[in-house]
Amino acid sequence: MSKTVLTVDDSRTMREMLLLALQDAGFNVLQAEDGMHGLEVLKGRSADVIITDINMPRLDGFGFIEHVRRDTTHRATPILVLTTESDAEKKARARNAGATGWIVKPFHPVKLVDAVRRVSG
Amino acid sequence: MYELSAAAIKEPRGGAARELIAFAVGNQEFCIDVMSVREIRGWTPATVLPHSQPFVRGVINLRGAVLPIMDLAVRLGFPPTEPKGRHVIIVAQVGSQVVGLLVDAVSDILTVTDAEILPPPDVASEMAKRFVSGLLAQDGRMVSLLSVDQVLPERERSEVQ
Amino acid sequence: MDALRQIFFQECEEQLAELETGLLEIQSGGSDPEIVNAVFRAVHSIKGGAGAFALEDLVRFAHVFETVLDEVRKGKLAASEHVLAIMLRAADVLADLVRVARDGGSVDDARIGTATDELASLSGAPAAAHGGASETEAEEEDFAFTPVAVAFPAFDEVATEPEPAVNEFTITFKPHASLYSSANEPVVLLRELERLGEMSVACDVTEVPLLTDLDAEGSYLAWTITLKTTHCEDDVRGIFEFVDGDCDLTIEGTAGVSAAGEDEIEALLRRIREEAEAPVEDAASETIAVETAVIEAAADEFSSTDEAVAAPAPVHDAKLAIVPAEPLPAAQKAEAPKADKAASGEAAQQTIRVDLDRVDRLMNLVGELVINQAMLSQRLAEAGLSRSSDFATGLDEFEQLTRDIQEGVMAIRAQPVKSVFQRMPRLVREVAAATGKKVRLVTEGEGTEVDKTVIERLADPLTHMIRNAIDHGLEKPEVRAANGKREEGLVRLSATHRSGRIVIDIADDGAGINRPRVRAIAEDKGLIPANAQLTDEEIDNLIFLPGFSTASTISDISGRGVGMDVVKRSIQALGGRVSISSRPGEGSTFTLSLPLTLAVLYGMVVTVGDQTLVVPLTSIIETLKPKPGDVHGFGGDSRVIALRNNFVPLIDVGRELGYRTQIVDPGAGVALLVESDGGAQSALLVDAIQGQRQVVIKSLEENYGRVPGIAAATILGDGRVALILDVDAVVAGARNGGLASDNLLALAG
Repeated sequence: MSKTVLTVDDSRTMREMLLLALQDAGFNVLQAEDGMHGLEVLKGRSADVIITDINMPRLDGFGFIEHVRRDTTHRATPILVLTTESDAEKKARARNAGATGWIVKPFHPVKLVDAVRRVSG
Repeated sequence: MYELSAAAIKEPRGGAARELIAFAVGNQEFCIDVMSVREIRGWTPATVLPHSQPFVRGVINLRGAVLPIMDLAVRLGFPPTEPKGRHVIIVAQVGSQVVGLLVDAVSDILTVTDAEILPPPDVASEMAKRFVSGLLAQDGRMVSLLSVDQVLPERERSEVQ
Repeated sequence: MDALRQIFFQECEEQLAELETGLLEIQSGGSDPEIVNAVFRAVHSIKGGAGAFALEDLVRFAHVFETVLDEVRKGKLAASEHVLAIMLRAADVLADLVRVARDGGSVDDARIGTATDELASLSGAPAAAHGGASETEAEEEDFAFTPVAVAFPAFDEVATEPEPAVNEFTITFKPHASLYSSANEPVVLLRELERLGEMSVACDVTEVPLLTDLDAEGSYLAWTITLKTTHCEDDVRGIFEFVDGDCDLTIEGTAGVSAAGEDEIEALLRRIREEAEAPVEDAASETIAVETAVIEAAADEFSSTDEAVAAPAPVHDAKLAIVPAEPLPAAQKAEAPKADKAASGEAAQQTIRVDLDRVDRLMNLVGELVINQAMLSQRLAEAGLSRSSDFATGLDEFEQLTRDIQEGVMAIRAQPVKSVFQRMPRLVREVAAATGKKVRLVTEGEGTEVDKTVIERLADPLTHMIRNAIDHGLEKPEVRAANGKREEGLVRLSATHRSGRIVIDIADDGAGINRPRVRAIAEDKGLIPANAQLTDEEIDNLIFLPGFSTASTISDISGRGVGMDVVKRSIQALGGRVSISSRPGEGSTFTLSLPLTLAVLYGMVVTVGDQTLVVPLTSIIETLKPKPGDVHGFGGDSRVIALRNNFVPLIDVGRELGYRTQIVDPGAGVALLVESDGGAQSALLVDAIQGQRQVVIKSLEENYGRVPGIAAATILGDGRVALILDVDAVVAGARNGGLASDNLLALAG
């Protein structure tokens, strides 16, 4: 059975790019437009991997990760942070919040898929 | 209402067959290609369009669309039709437009080959030159093939083409 | 990829609008940090997408812009008037760069340079981005289209390097509990490590306690790995990048292992691996099993908390129920002052994209339903059923349902005027710059919804009117100062719903209409007779006459070949009206009133000859019963009717449309006082009024063509087509000697 990836990004372009890359690689893709939306999506179903942006309206990536980690059903779901920020401070914050790893935009589809496969085992 | 039933269709005599729908206007018979006919319906009173040409009877409601009605009799040089219930409107598609042609009655559906369509004779009639693109001999009758696009009001034609 | 590009550019447009709106909000005193965040995100998103499409100019500029915004966001840079002015200009440049990236062409290098320098001067960074020469390494990383997931080592690239020296590393890896809590998995890391080369693994399980003592959150395993790889130590370390700090990690390298005996090692490795992996997976699954139990207990606790929270306001809180009871600061902040934003965000979740054709088809079908319902009503009335019969009540309900469905479908086509309004700030800046005036634009009611078609056709008239308000309405700063006004002029653009229509006001606090001058120009151009008696209102309306222009110098701004007459005509073509109110020295307000949809119209159904016509209610001022003494001949066939202190032309609609030729007795009919082009009043003589009703507009042009004096058609309750009168055309036709002559002209042309 193919794995499900939830992508959380306020940019439609980014969501579509992720969708194309992940669908081509055989993943099911769920989409959310910001952290709040992401949490709502996760209420109904689970994902094998979550990819989230940091800078988003309503609930940013850090807050989103924290909430996901507090939810028992998604505690062990790998979360990759997708952001143009490559500085150490952001990574540290993401990891403190519970992120599994990060990917720096712009990403190459092949590398993205590799990354998802690696954290999802 | 008339049904375009297959029973009325005659055997082709070889060559590329065309189906034509024949109808009476005045005391003559005309026909048009069945492909351009969308439906045939009975006469209903039309709403008059101001300052329209005499052969434009007006518009009727065709299931929500506004359908202009052309009185073919006037268009072809006969006295105006005084439409009653027995008169018939042939709803035809001409270019992007749908128009209704008011005729006396639908008489036949003919299946003919192009070879059977004769060129119109060189007569002085303006009507014949302009609207008739061919002639057919059918069981001793003469049926004129109409160019439907020529029947529309002048200023419409440029928009259609 | 093309579709993706399209999405990107669409999104850019949205982000640019967001950016501009946000900057303007800050400019007008908005201090909500969420606005700055939104503005930052907008530029950030554009940069992100542009990077993916290798749009380097765009990425560079967005980056410089973003840097400044980041400083504002962090409170390092105050959003002063000066800063905002620079940022607004930068937003325009960014918009141009986006459009150039999309449509081709080029943006003036000097403009980009200036904007970049201005931005750089704010952030204190060197103006590097434009020149491109002095970019720092760090920036380069962001700019360039590097198709690399930076967090992961680029294996294939390394592999192509021309030194295949084999290194051997001994790695000890002992995860902390925190490693698991970020959902990292040692197994996955080991598998990654294996990809680098040949590996042997030993798992140390000595610290695993008895099951009863096992802490679900604890970490008890450790690994010792021997790795033979052509990769360098950094690559190996890179694997553990995510877990750096969440584990004890040592990596010791011994370089230059010989390639001999590889097969043997490999065989050995395989065996070790098989052995090593089994216990690892067992341990892992145990951990998970225990965790589940703990988690379930915790979950119970959570849900009881949730109930407590949810109890007082079940509907609202139900949404947040699964989210732990802690506050969501970002979300709340966003929701309170910008409720519409949060709402739109929520709406976006449930949005579906529908082909416009489908909606139009539905709209048509509903139109049919409305007509059918009207027919049914009429049949029942003809059948003589009483109003209180079951049929009649059933029909009333049917009518109500039909109306609800119609409104529902129209709501699908409705869009907020925001899409048009948000084009105006830039226009204002440009016109202000070109005219040397200081202008502040305030917009209100951007969320007001109106049919999509109306919105699309609103942009041009609005653009022109805003231009006009600045160019002709507002005074130069020095003049304003001399008159004791603020140097900065105010243009207020607002939209609101009023009695089933949308009303848009364009108000300026400028000099107001210079009536003596307007009058003089109109006389000069022969638009009005000299010494005509005109009210202030009538003088103001002169500016709508064709060929009228008050600009004494031909300005580049207003002089784009359109006058207010064109504006008025295009608004009227939408079934709308324009009116002015102006006070000398205080400013002018132009008010547009438009129907919410072009699909239906409220009309007065009248009888003319044996025909039924519909006259749009928007053109009718009042209806009156002409008294024989009020109607006077006025040369030839023309007649006028005395109305209070005025004479207005009396137009016999039946004769105008050619339904009859004889003159009818006005006393036998009804006159509709209408206002047409330029605000002139006329009285339309019809035979009788049947009533008022909403009608579905049907095109005559689709299957026929334009009909002089007729705007469109509709289908009435009896199933027959009725024509909708084009009031302006009828009035103009009567003035110019009849519609028929107009018809001949049309034929000749």
